[in-house]
Amino acid sequence: MSDVSGKQNRYSRQVLFPAIGEAGQEKISRSRIVVVGCGALGSVSSEMLVRAGVGYLRVIDRDFVELNNLQRQSLFTESDADQTIPKAIAAQKALRRINSGVSVEGLVQDLTADSIADVCDGFDLLVDGTDNFETRYLINDFAVQRGIPWVYGAALGSYGVCLGIEPRKSPCIRCLFPDLPPRGSVETCDTAGILSSVIHVVSATQVSQVLRFLVEGRFSSRMLHVDVWKDEWRSIAAGQPDATCPCCAKEQFEFLAGEQGTFVTQLCGRDAVQVRPSPSVSLDLHEIGERLRRSFEVRSNPYLIRVQIDELEMVLFADGRAVIKGLSDLSAARAVYAKYVGN
Amino acid sequence: MIEIQLNGQKKEIRAAITLAHLLDELKLKPERVAIEVNREIVKRDQWSSCVVQDGDSIEIVHFVGGGSISRCQTNS
Repeated sequence: MSDVSGKQNRYSRQVLFPAIGEAGQEKISRSRIVVVGCGALGSVSSEMLVRAGVGYLRVIDRDFVELNNLQRQSLFTESDADQTIPKAIAAQKALRRINSGVSVEGLVQDLTADSIADVCDGFDLLVDGTDNFETRYLINDFAVQRGIPWVYGAALGSYGVCLGIEPRKSPCIRCLFPDLPPRGSVETCDTAGILSSVIHVVSATQVSQVLRFLVEGRFSSRMLHVDVWKDEWRSIAAGQPDATCPCCAKEQFEFLAGEQGTFVTQLCGRDAVQVRPSPSVSLDLHEIGERLRRSFEVRSNPYLIRVQIDELEMVLFADGRAVIKGLSDLSAARAVYAKYVGN
Repeated sequence: MIEIQLNGQKKEIRAAITLAHLLDELKLKPERVAIEVNREIVKRDQWSSCVVQDGDSIEIVHFVGGGSISRCQTNS
């Protein structure tokens, strides 16, 4: 069977959908997409996009797989959690097994002001799979500045939202929400929980918007908001870009400006803190592992080392990032990092 | 008292209150929501002056982030 008819067979049911057809499938097959964050939303979106036959999918995630991810992060397995595999690597492996005709690349790194251009330039669409506001505002700044469409998506508890953003043609995230929510004012995964069903609803809506944009060149003009437990399926008209928006009107782009220093961040859903030097550094994990092994239990895989420091666990990546488990105090985390990794 | 539709549900509220007051009564933080009244987004700077009318259909969308990151930046 020739490659062409093989492709047709795989996507035949998608091609049969009148709005897509052969021409639409051709556009999908040439698309280049970044999925930012490969936790719950990112796993589900990535899988759908790969099955749909996008051309190139880049998945970026800074985290590694843990047991309590498996309730909703659909690309990962118990084996990934046992081996502490970085999510971007586990996702890459799983996605390539699903569709070898798609170019899939996983990046184990934090998306930052320094790195976003390298990661996202030259792509057709950015898909939100993040777990925090700061990264979304960074994506939004970059997308608006470069004119790259992106699809915001988020979920908490049983509630979820989705909005396609076409820079300067539709409201950007700051048109609707100009300012970062004050620190400490937001609900967390570990207080509100999260259902996998609403994850799938949000991701499905995001993917629908991606496919529609690829094929027809436009997003829905509405912002979805649903509560799967209360059975509320609603949307609002997103309206027009705001003439006073700090991003798409005033072009402040302060999230793209970036800063030097060490960023200390409490991680979504658990008693863990990430420490990230900016700019990133290149660590000799083997050397550090050997040094720490004299005092502590150290386990390693090709991507990271895990160090048991009394009641804390530190996972150290080659780019200098560390995830310290067993505490939530940001200063304490920074102190642990400084003590065992350095300044 | 007047009656409105709030996210598709009937709700009785005090008459002559603004959207800002409504958020207060619902215990919602202004920076975390977007509001649509009668199928049009109402800009944030109008919430203190926009008075809710009897029969208004109001949608309140929550700005969800998924997890929460409390971000503390320290310069080394």
